[in-house]
Amino acid sequence: MSSITFFHYFAVACFLFVTGLFCILSKRNVIAVLLGVELVLNATNLNLVALGRFPGWQPQLAHEGQVLALFVIVLAATEAALALGIALCFYSLHRAPDLDEAQDLKG
Amino acid sequence: MNSVVWLLLIAWLLPLASFATILLGGHRFSRLGWVAGLLATGSITASFLCSLAAAATWLWQNPPLMHAQSDHHEPLLNKPHNNLSPHPAAAEIPSAGSMRVLSGVDSFGNREGYFALKESDGRLNIAQRGELPYGTSRMAGGLPSSTLNRLNLQSHDRSAKSPPGAIVGDWYTVAEFGTLRMTLGYYVDSLTILMMLMVTLVATCIHVYSFGYMREELQDVVEDPEARVDNSAQPLQRPGRFARFYQFLSLFCFSMLGLVLANNLFMIFVFWELVGICSFLLIGFYLERPSAVRAATKAFVVNRVGDFGMMVGLAALWGAGGTLAFAESSKDPGLFSRARTVYEQAVTSSAVAQEKPAKVQEPSAPPGPPGLPHRLSYTLLVLGGLGVFCGCVGKSAQFPLHVWLPDAMEGPTPVSALIHAATMVAAGVYLVARFYPVLMPEVLLFVAMVGLTSAVMAATMALVAGEIKRVLAFSTVSQLGFMMFALGIGGWVAGIFHLLTHAFFKALLFLGAGSVIHATGTGEISRLGGLCRKMPWTAVTMLVGCLAIAGAGIPLVVGLSGFHSKDAIFAQASLLALKGSPVGRLFLALAAVAAFLTAFYMFRLWYLTFVGPSRQSHLLAHAHESPAIMIYPLVILSIFAVAVGWKIPGVGWGIPEILEQARPGVGLSGIMWRWWVLPPEAESHLPYVHKVASWVAFAAGVSGFLLATMIYGLRLLDAARLRAACGWICYVLERRYFIDELYERVFVRAALLLAKSAAFADKVLIDGCAHTLARLTHRAALAEEAIDRRVVDAGFNTLGHHLFQLGLLMRRVQTGFLRQYLMLALVGTIIIFVLAHLF
Repeated sequence: MSSITFFHYFAVACFLFVTGLFCILSKRNVIAVLLGVELVLNATNLNLVALGRFPGWQPQLAHEGQVLALFVIVLAATEAALALGIALCFYSLHRAPDLDEAQDLKG
Repeated sequence: MNSVVWLLLIAWLLPLASFATILLGGHRFSRLGWVAGLLATGSITASFLCSLAAAATWLWQNPPLMHAQSDHHEPLLNKPHNNLSPHPAAAEIPSAGSMRVLSGVDSFGNREGYFALKESDGRLNIAQRGELPYGTSRMAGGLPSSTLNRLNLQSHDRSAKSPPGAIVGDWYTVAEFGTLRMTLGYYVDSLTILMMLMVTLVATCIHVYSFGYMREELQDVVEDPEARVDNSAQPLQRPGRFARFYQFLSLFCFSMLGLVLANNLFMIFVFWELVGICSFLLIGFYLERPSAVRAATKAFVVNRVGDFGMMVGLAALWGAGGTLAFAESSKDPGLFSRARTVYEQAVTSSAVAQEKPAKVQEPSAPPGPPGLPHRLSYTLLVLGGLGVFCGCVGKSAQFPLHVWLPDAMEGPTPVSALIHAATMVAAGVYLVARFYPVLMPEVLLFVAMVGLTSAVMAATMALVAGEIKRVLAFSTVSQLGFMMFALGIGGWVAGIFHLLTHAFFKALLFLGAGSVIHATGTGEISRLGGLCRKMPWTAVTMLVGCLAIAGAGIPLVVGLSGFHSKDAIFAQASLLALKGSPVGRLFLALAAVAAFLTAFYMFRLWYLTFVGPSRQSHLLAHAHESPAIMIYPLVILSIFAVAVGWKIPGVGWGIPEILEQARPGVGLSGIMWRWWVLPPEAESHLPYVHKVASWVAFAAGVSGFLLATMIYGLRLLDAARLRAACGWICYVLERRYFIDELYERVFVRAALLLAKSAAFADKVLIDGCAHTLARLTHRAALAEEAIDRRVVDAGFNTLGHHLFQLGLLMRRVQTGFLRQYLMLALVGTIIIFVLAHLF
């Protein structure tokens, strides 16, 4: 069977990234945007892990990819917690999870 | 320093201490003026006591000798001369100089040698005393026999008197420039002692008197009726200045005492100027009155004229002689002895030259001490002497420069008394006397002529003066002229004697006048009269003063102080006349005229003030005798005015004999003019001379007195008609011979014209330049401002505007839609990646 190469990983990651980005750009709901962000992060993680798995292609990343992925997961968790908090505040402020309402810093 | 010097030092510094205390006390004394007054009076009194002690010590150490005719060799030889300071520098000047000349003896020759020579040889003796330095033997070939006789006579007459010499030394060296040493030092001889005594005594009386006279100044607010504020009718109100008055008085006394003590010309000049500034301050004491300010300025400026001449004299003497010190010391060659050497050489060479009728040669300069210029020539000595005398003319208000003194009456009356009696004007006469050895016969002739001119002129001006103090002022000029005259014709003792006696009776007269002014508020004679009843003490003491100044006395017997001193002057003048000097008779006649006028105007003053009907009755009604504190000084001064010319009973000597100790060696004959031969003063005591002198003086005085009595006392002659009869003379006299007008036209106007042209030049040229410069600067500033605004500011403003517009433009990008931002970021990233991939 043809082995799974780095390209496969990369394709999946690209799909995830684009899906996440599309989610971010198209949704007005704050929660949905956060979901998109998570998707983008996971796509990144997948890339990192894949790079750790196939060091030949990018020899600098031997196992660092996995380690970095762990960091990203932790950061993502933190970010999720923080972002949810912000979303709650935002919701209580604007009575709607609509991101387009967030125009307080508009010039 | 021996005790005399210590005492005099203390006497000198006490007024300075008082001055400094009042100065430092400052505003505290403005409330407590009487404390300052007590301080000043106390210090001057203590100063007087110190001077008295010094005089007593001096006289104890050097008792003056009896008059010429007695036998006097014995006491002299045994007398110890321990008053000289142990330092050889302090050796007596004239003898030091002459000894060197005569016999080559060490110039600091010792006293044993002195006496040995004296005993062994009469001739040497003469020369040794410094009286006739060149000696008869040396001059025998050269001088006319009559002169020679006189020389002999004088030397025999005075050979017995060994002058005790001067105590000389320095206290402090101010600066040294090459050979020129500027020091503060002392030159103490009997002249110094007597002057110190006179100054402090008169000043003490005046200090005490001022307590009464200046009483108003003790108030916090004084109204000055003669000063107005901006021409309003309101008299000026100012704080009392009692303390300031006493402060200036103290400084005045200090300056005068310093002048008297000085041992070099530098110190003299310093204190000379100090006296000048003090007189300026005191004449202008009522500084709110314009007339007082003008008078003070006039006094100061006129004195500057004299001082200019004095500085020329100082420069000549210093430049030629290399020293300003009077006496010879280890460091300085004295001016006195150097001048004497020059004089001797000049006399010798002219005596030689006289045999061949050739032009008198300028003698070569004498060898001086090494390191000093040797150019001290006879001409320079004459120039220096004339220069210094020029200063004396200014200070003593002699003929060409007398104009300041009558105006100086604007000061408070005690100040006038101080200026006229003890300090300011006495300084000039004192300096001539002190500087006598350096004054060559030609200078002395000039001194005599100036003095006599002043004496006569001022006396005539006093005849018509309308104000009591002004009469006295003219009389001061006249009397000072007398002194100068006496000094100029060789009557050294007579001149100083008159200075001392004059101090007392002139102070008395001024204080009396002050008393009158204090009581009536005016000094105009025409408004006074009949004050005798109201002010008996003042009237009597002033009468004493008038008698003294007129020289009242019994001829050849005894009289008031002025009698004796005037007698001495007349004796010298008649000696000059009798000796056949062609100018002598003229001099004597003019002096007699001046004495006549003196008696006349003084009694005119007295009669008009104290006797006769009161011309303004309300003045008389309010008049009252002055308080006791003003009367006591009058009484004390009148006692002195009477008695100061007498010989002290018991010892048989008086002031002339004391002064005789300090007599400087004096030139006897002129070099340029053979006819100008000064007779020795001692000869004037001879009976045949003295008789003439006494009778001339007496006749002059009595006729003046009688004329005044006839016109003003008994009113046998009508003064008004007399005045009308010689109207133009009176007019000329009242206008003071138009001298003030002349000065006004020639000097003051010229100065003002110069000032105006200078002001014009200032305004047109300098101000014009400055204004143009300023205008240009202004223009440049305007242009610069325009550039600043239109170019620099405009540039930045445009830039700012555009940036602002840009900001507005960019603002639209910031929509606030997060997703749009994110989109843009994404697009940007993609573009960057694409670009990075492409390039």
